[in-house]
Amino acid sequence: MELILFYVFAVTVVGGGIGVVASRNPVASLMFMVVSLASVAGIFVLLEAHFLAAIQVMVYAGAIMVLFLFVIMLLNLGHDYRDDLVRGLYAVCAFVVSGALCGLLATRFGGAETSPLYESFPGAAAMDLELAERGAVSLIARPLFQEYVVPFEITGILLLVAVVGAVALAKKRV
Amino acid sequence: MLTEALTTSALLFVIGTFGVLVRRNAIIMFLCIELQLNAVNLALVAFSRYVGVEGQVFVFFVMTVAAAEAAVGLAIIISIFRHYRTVNVDNFNLLKW
Amino acid sequence: MTLAPLSSLIQESTQPAAFEPVLPGLIVLLPLLGFLVNGVLAMRAGARAAIAVRAGADGSEHQDDGHKRWVTLVGPGVVGLSFVLVLLNFAGMFHADLHDPVVVSYWSWMVTGALEVDAALQLDQLSMIMMLVVTGVGFLIHVFSVGYMHDDPGYARYFSYLNLFVFFMLVLVLGASFPVMFVGWEGVGLCSYLLIGFWFQDREKSDAGKKAFIVNRIGDFGFLVAMFLVFTTFGTLAFAEVFPEAPALLEYGGATVTAITLFLFLGAAGKSAQIPLYVWLPDAMAGPTPVSALIHAATMVTAGVYMVARTSVLFALAPVSSAVVATVGVLTALLAATIALAQYDIKKVLAYSTISQLGYMFLAVGVGAWAAGIFHLMTHAFFKALLFLGSGAVIHAMHHALHGTHSHADPQDMRNMGGLRAAMPVTWITMWIATLAIAGVWPLAGFFSKDEIIWYAGLAASSSYPVLFTVLWVLALATALLTAIYMTRLMVMTFHGANRTGREEARHLHEAPRVMTIPLIALAVLSVVGGWVNVPEEVAASVLGLAGALPTSEWLHHWLEPVTAGATEIRYEHLGEPAHAAPFGGGEVLWAGLSTLAALALVLFTARAAARWKVAPAAQAAAPAGLKGLLFNKWYVDEFYDRFVVQPVLAASRFSWRVIDTVLIDGAVNGLGLVTRAGGAFVSLFQTGQVNTYALVLTLGVLAIVGFVVFQGGPP
Repeated sequence: MELILFYVFAVTVVGGGIGVVASRNPVASLMFMVVSLASVAGIFVLLEAHFLAAIQVMVYAGAIMVLFLFVIMLLNLGHDYRDDLVRGLYAVCAFVVSGALCGLLATRFGGAETSPLYESFPGAAAMDLELAERGAVSLIARPLFQEYVVPFEITGILLLVAVVGAVALAKKRV
Repeated sequence: MLTEALTTSALLFVIGTFGVLVRRNAIIMFLCIELQLNAVNLALVAFSRYVGVEGQVFVFFVMTVAAAEAAVGLAIIISIFRHYRTVNVDNFNLLKW
Repeated sequence: MTLAPLSSLIQESTQPAAFEPVLPGLIVLLPLLGFLVNGVLAMRAGARAAIAVRAGADGSEHQDDGHKRWVTLVGPGVVGLSFVLVLLNFAGMFHADLHDPVVVSYWSWMVTGALEVDAALQLDQLSMIMMLVVTGVGFLIHVFSVGYMHDDPGYARYFSYLNLFVFFMLVLVLGASFPVMFVGWEGVGLCSYLLIGFWFQDREKSDAGKKAFIVNRIGDFGFLVAMFLVFTTFGTLAFAEVFPEAPALLEYGGATVTAITLFLFLGAAGKSAQIPLYVWLPDAMAGPTPVSALIHAATMVTAGVYMVARTSVLFALAPVSSAVVATVGVLTALLAATIALAQYDIKKVLAYSTISQLGYMFLAVGVGAWAAGIFHLMTHAFFKALLFLGSGAVIHAMHHALHGTHSHADPQDMRNMGGLRAAMPVTWITMWIATLAIAGVWPLAGFFSKDEIIWYAGLAASSSYPVLFTVLWVLALATALLTAIYMTRLMVMTFHGANRTGREEARHLHEAPRVMTIPLIALAVLSVVGGWVNVPEEVAASVLGLAGALPTSEWLHHWLEPVTAGATEIRYEHLGEPAHAAPFGGGEVLWAGLSTLAALALVLFTARAAARWKVAPAAQAAAPAGLKGLLFNKWYVDEFYDRFVVQPVLAASRFSWRVIDTVLIDGAVNGLGLVTRAGGAFVSLFQTGQVNTYALVLTLGVLAIVGFVVFQGGPP
């Protein structure tokens, strides 16, 4: 059951990605993107990362994508698709390079579960046990606020800087 | 399920890469970069299922950075658009020699 | 110079006092101080003259002569004070029983790795003699210059150069190591260049200065190479360390010591105008005449002889080099003497005479008679300085006479002179004394010194290379006779016979002022008695010594013994003590008597013959032809050098310029630039400014890294 669901999500993830790249209209691209992100969230759930799945939908598919949509509509883009796409030799090169990268990654990831290295880790069963004991939020909250509290605070500063920067850059006159 | 998840992640990453390479619309390129980030997130979560919860913490940070990046990047695109009346990156080639 | 009591003092003093040098640094520094003071005065005078000219005035009329009094005081004064200090030191050393040189070290000059050189002065018997000559004769020449140069606008500049020269010459003779000596060596070369080209507005004169400088550089190269060889062999350059170690470290007649000495001799040949580097000295006569007297007769040109005497230990270890030195010396002496026979310029005759006499000195040091070489150096300084100063007085008078009638005749050409004795009696008499002295007429200085050299050359034939040294001995005797001929010719053409200056000019002829004649007289006295410091015992006892009336000391030999003992010991050890006889038999007295009789006879004969010559003034004279022409044109050596040395060097330089520099080097540099630009242009093609392109390249990089990880293993 889970595997079937996973494949469904995987297909929508990849299909959404292809849609993003292939759509003529930026708004359509964006819609495909939302599909793709939501499917990733589904895979997150299948991988027992419930909290991340939730913020994936809320922050990514919700907030960030809406931001993109605003900008696209604000700038009234999407009418010059012909210029938008690279053609010719360069496109062939790009395709070859991407394909080669894909091939390399595939050869690497094939049979990852049989690798002896993974036997030294707790494994899915241990993770399930911990999840049942502590709950999805608590599971991620503990390391986030204990071991990684300094990066967490710095991330806050980063967001603040980004907000200020965005305002400063986008305003007509500062 | 690890192999499948990683393969999906790799496919998504390559699609994102290909998009960055072939599209000239700055916003679409941006979206493709987000696709790549998501591919990485997917891989991290898949690993965290077996290795430990730290992978998920990492994803959390990546999302934050992606949000910050989106904010600043879109602001830059707006500002460039004001100047050039386009977001086609072919026109932004002053920074070459 | 009462030498009898002095020499007895040496032998009798049982408790010799230790020698304490008296302010040796000040001896050297005083002339330097004079140079600085005169240099400042010269610069101020020059600046004022420039202002006057700019203000529209004629520079020569509004000459500011106020500074000249100071120059007159400072210029000769510092040298005189140095001379007094040298005398004090000499007295101190005279009463001391000094065997080892006294080295006064001031500061550490160079310390680089194994090389350590101190700025140190070395006082010993040899440098003492040289100091006496340099400061003593130098002082007289400075005094003479006061009269000779007084009307010259460059008066202060002249004395500053002259003081600087004395400073460097003292550094040369006092230096306690090769590098310090080399500083003086180069410094006197610089001063020589500056003073030859003193009247630099004249192209010919500044060219003569350059010629002297360049030819000297060839010799300096030899000196430098010799220094490097000494350093690699001994690991030190200080005289006091090199010479004592030399017999132990160097094989007798070995390649190293022969190379060192030959290179040293190349340096000496450059500085002392020996074959093949003598050509600069005749041209050096372009300088003021007192300069010729001081630098190009009495002191600087003898530096080569001094250097060979200083390094006598090394030369004693290299019999081949010594033979080369002697041979070159004799050949130079003969060649220069023949050229001197046919010159008309009074200073040219004296210049070739100087070269010839320097050849004698090299013969002496080449046959191991170092003391005899230094002896002749000293006496030659007296009479040749006198001859040059006398010729200076003559030129001075001629110049004034010709100037009086605005004639453009050459004041130095002897064909324009004649009969000057009536106008210039003091110059005439003193110059005759010098002439007889240089010709080797008994009992003047040259007789003793020259005969000693010839005698030792004959003795050398009995120890090594008998045939070579016998030939050299005969040539040296013949050259002595030539000397008598050309000097008498000079005297007769200048002072005797009919006057050829022209009647109007003759009325303007006058004797030099007293400031010039007094140095002449002083030098004349020295030319008479200078030889008596070193009368060989055998000669002194004979009729030539007035049966003992002349001091019988061989004083100079004894005085220099601490310096030359090491070298003499080496010679005796390897060659054996020479037999006390000339190659064809006969003792010292016989040959000395024969030579003085021959010289006297030739002087009288030449004087009688020359008196009958019909000499036309230079303007009307035909160019000399035949053998005379060959001699007049100096055997065409200058032309030979021009054809086979100068022109090939110029051609090679032109080749280097046009082909190597312009085509190869510039081509390489420009080509490199072109390649760089082309490369840049090519690489800039990748810099499209297109984000997609960059992204593609970046992805390629990622691909490479991932590929590396996948195929090379790494963490799974």
